Amino acid sequence: MSIKIDNVSYTYMKKTPYERTALNEVSLTIEKGEYVAVIGHTGSGKSTLMQHFNGLLNPDSGSVRVDGIDINAKGEQAKSARGRVGMVFQYPEHQIFAETVYEDIAFGPRNKGFSEEEAEKQVRAAMKFVGLDYESYAKRSPFQLSGGQMRRVAIAGVVAMAPDYLILDEPSAGLDPSSRDSIFQEISRVYKKREIAVILVTHSMEEAAQYADRLLVLAKGKIAVDGKTHEVFKSQRDMLKSVGVDVPQTVKLADVLREQGLAIEADVIKPSELVRQIIKAKGWR
Amino acid sequence: MLTDITLGQYYPGKSVIHRLDPRTKILGALVYIVAVFLAAEPVSYIAATSFLFLVIAFSGLPFLLVFKSIKPLWVIILLTMSIHLFTGQGEVIWTWQFLSVTREGLALGIKMSLRLVLLLMISSVLTFTTSPIVLTDGIEALLKPFKRFGVPAHELAMMMTIALRFIPTLLEETDRIMKAQTARGADFASGNLLKRAQNLLPILVPLFISAFRRADELATAMEARCYRGGEGRTRMHELSYRWQDGAAGAAVASLMAVIAFLKWGAAV
Repeated sequence: MSIKIDNVSYTYMKKTPYERTALNEVSLTIEKGEYVAVIGHTGSGKSTLMQHFNGLLNPDSGSVRVDGIDINAKGEQAKSARGRVGMVFQYPEHQIFAETVYEDIAFGPRNKGFSEEEAEKQVRAAMKFVGLDYESYAKRSPFQLSGGQMRRVAIAGVVAMAPDYLILDEPSAGLDPSSRDSIFQEISRVYKKREIAVILVTHSMEEAAQYADRLLVLAKGKIAVDGKTHEVFKSQRDMLKSVGVDVPQTVKLADVLREQGLAIEADVIKPSELVRQIIKAKGWR
Repeated sequence: MLTDITLGQYYPGKSVIHRLDPRTKILGALVYIVAVFLAAEPVSYIAATSFLFLVIAFSGLPFLLVFKSIKPLWVIILLTMSIHLFTGQGEVIWTWQFLSVTREGLALGIKMSLRLVLLLMISSVLTFTTSPIVLTDGIEALLKPFKRFGVPAHELAMMMTIALRFIPTLLEETDRIMKAQTARGADFASGNLLKRAQNLLPILVPLFISAFRRADELATAMEARCYRGGEGRTRMHELSYRWQDGAAGAAVASLMAVIAFLKWGAAV
């Protein structure tokens, strides 16, 4: 059970002066149950790569397989394979269109061929996941909600399709810190409960460090680094800097503490780990 | 998907044609179109077509790119051609059942469709070689004399600039919304007409909402920068004619003269 990308290349606006190669022979496999963060400089090909995961873009060369099925082929099988990959775009609240929250979230499940009862069950579950109370929100107009609430509705609209692979393109952009935290907690809850794969595109190294087990770094349409989050932030710092990305604040803080003579281990990336290390080094408790 | 549309898109370059004053190009294209409609003799058409080829050669545009601009109207061109072909009066050269083609009909059909093709191609040469902003600058300058008759030249030009500026943005937005809804399993290509129209709602509603939001934001941004219409407004790039503009003007004028002479002069 995996998404397998094999030697994929993609060029925008071919044969015009605006021609631009966005992906250059990229190969990778993402297994179900992984939590992957994709980072990279603006224009490194992140969004283009994401759109290959569910067939929104067809590769110029190479192939994309979901659970072994070529998703760019024609036919029902390929369509159902594409349906297994849920995609939350940047600013997903801009795609809301229905008159009520319920109708908007039910759009995906209905398109997937769920019966009305199944769809309602999915909507209820999805709204619970994103922390919106069904009774008080289902019948309201989504356009009267706040930005953070609209984003939850949009994310619920994708979660309700019960995807096996969930792609999120900067889900926290433009949100206040508390909405951001709760959205990530909700994503983690879906991830753990349904054992899906989560692919998170982000500019925030802190988010990547906090939530992802595996880190993919893209640069100029190629995969520059692919490895365990701890390992990458520990041993690939020069590489990261050369492609225009940084390490999390926690890692920098650990550096300062180390300079000051505190014995902090090298693979500290999450705030909780750092606190534990400080306590240990100081001999408290 | 949608971002691949080439209609009226600027094709960057540094050719003589690209660097002509926009007023020269707009007026030149207008005169050319009038000339094409005046053309009666086959020689006139040959002259007009060769003139267009010359302009394309000078502009450095790939010929195919310019030729592709007739794509949105090829049905109309074909229709024009066949109507003239089968309804002409005169010497019959070919018949099949109730259809008959006359020599005159054939000639008229070719002329009419060639007119359309030339018209489309010269207009796209204009938009391919002139960026939208420069183009509206040119239109504003050309409309200025009509201000005293109540033509709001600056406002019209500003409206056009904004509209042109937002075409690619809205196309991009449409593309993004379509992708987002496709990812949620929306299907835009199947079902009957009513069903398809309904299927467009998930695209149109978000698109309108975002267009209104953008309009609102733009208005605020313009107010914040003290925009208050064209009165007393100076510009960063003043338009000015150079000798190339004179040469281009002379070329168009001589084409016009040749065609006018062939039409009227020969009869006198």
